[in-house]
Amino acid sequence: MKRDSAVDLVGLLSVEGEELAASWVREVATSLGGRIGVAELDRELRELHGALREALREGAVDVHSEQMSEVRALLTELSRNRARQGFSPSETAMSVFALKRVLEPVLQNGSAETIRAYLQLGRILDGLGLFAIETYTQTRDELITTQAEQLLELSTPVVRLWDGVIAVPLVGTLDSARTQVVMEKLLQALVDTGSEQAIIDITGVPAVDTQVAQHLLKTIVAARLMGAECTVSGISPQIAQTIVALGIEFDGIVTKASLADALKLALRRSGVDMVAHEGVQR
Amino acid sequence: MTAPWSAGEEPQVYPIARSGDVVHIRQAIRALSQQCRLSLVDQTKMITAASELARNTLTYGGGGTVSAGMVSVDGRRGVAAVFEDSGPGISDVEQAMTDGWTSGGGLGLGLSGARRLVDDFQLRTAPGEGTAVTIIKWVR
Ligand SMILES: Nc1ncnc2c1ncn2[C@@H]1O[C@H](COP(=O)(O)OP(=O)(O)OP(=O)(O)O)[C@@H](O)[C@H]1O
Ligand SMILES: [Mg+2]
Repeated sequence: MKRDSAVDLVGLLSVEGEELAASWVREVATSLGGRIGVAELDRELRELHGALREALREGAVDVHSEQMSEVRALLTELSRNRARQGFSPSETAMSVFALKRVLEPVLQNGSAETIRAYLQLGRILDGLGLFAIETYTQTRDELITTQAEQLLELSTPVVRLWDGVIAVPLVGTLDSARTQVVMEKLLQALVDTGSEQAIIDITGVPAVDTQVAQHLLKTIVAARLMGAECTVSGISPQIAQTIVALGIEFDGIVTKASLADALKLALRRSGVDMVAHEGVQR
Repeated sequence: MTAPWSAGEEPQVYPIARSGDVVHIRQAIRALSQQCRLSLVDQTKMITAASELARNTLTYGGGGTVSAGMVSVDGRRGVAAVFEDSGPGISDVEQAMTDGWTSGGGLGLGLSGARRLVDDFQLRTAPGEGTAVTIIKWVR
């Protein structure tokens, strides 16, 4: 019985042989609106068609069957590519579901056997479609995680303001991971540039809580151990009041209202004198 | 002050399960505080208090939820948030509320600091029965 139905399923996929695969490719190409190379699509779907026929011949009953491993591998590849190329989950699943549509003509004047085989294949294809969506989502999640990590790196520049003076402008919400990255980068930059003055500018930070404060304090202590002095600049009135109410003590830490004031201080400490030339209006 | 919401003021409930949730909650409290027209200083205080309590819920309470929304009593309007967990609870509340006391590696200023940052602060806890902290900031 099982053997028979397998023969029927295989038969279904072999009805028009190469013509079936070609129709499948055409159907999918239309649904993707020419945003994918036909040659690439042709290769993908013909391979999938061949593998699926083979799997069914060997008696695969659903997407999880042992015999489906080759199909799953090809489908994983296809879904990953779609996710990377920016196609939607529906467009990805369509690549599978289109095969059902292409097979519909066999239902016309089809025997009871054929109809049963079509329905059974339909269920298998539904499973494969869901599998494609799952793989797609997984790939998307991986992409987002990678981008978040990259953003973490990108959004924390350490800039050299002067010989021996570096600064980190902090912008946005600081969570633990980001603060940690910034602080490590700052300490590394002190070493790399041989700077002795560092300015941490928090003008763009909306809130400083105990965790952020603790990271700041630890960094300042670590910088000191490395022989460098830190200045915190850009503390807005509302953050100053919040810090006081929280009870955080910034004792012994130099703070300045603006980055400009902090730079002036850092330059003076490094022995740079700034002189306004006579006759130059400031 | 168990549930600060009056009729027709349904709070939003947010999960506190990962550190990313704390960031999300700060943003939600910011939006509420702006909507309620809290002053910039009061917005920052409320956001910071919420940040402290959300992280305590996560770190010590093993995760939980926060319900946040607007409240109005006798014509006064404000932003309220209730942080709840079913963690170990706090056995010595006085000690936990002491500036500088921490059982972890923190500054020990979260709870006591949060109380100073808001207008209303209520802590309900029992050993083995979790912790609930309610805070409100009123529009001046
Ligand atoms: N939800 C909670 N469940 C159980 N214990 C708690 C909870 N919240 C706070 N505590 C206890 O109270 C102590 C004090 O909390 P508090 O927030 O003041 O300091 P901290 O979290 O240790 O450090 P900080 O908040 O300054 O970074 C904590 O160390 C912890 O032992
Ligand atoms: Mg805390």
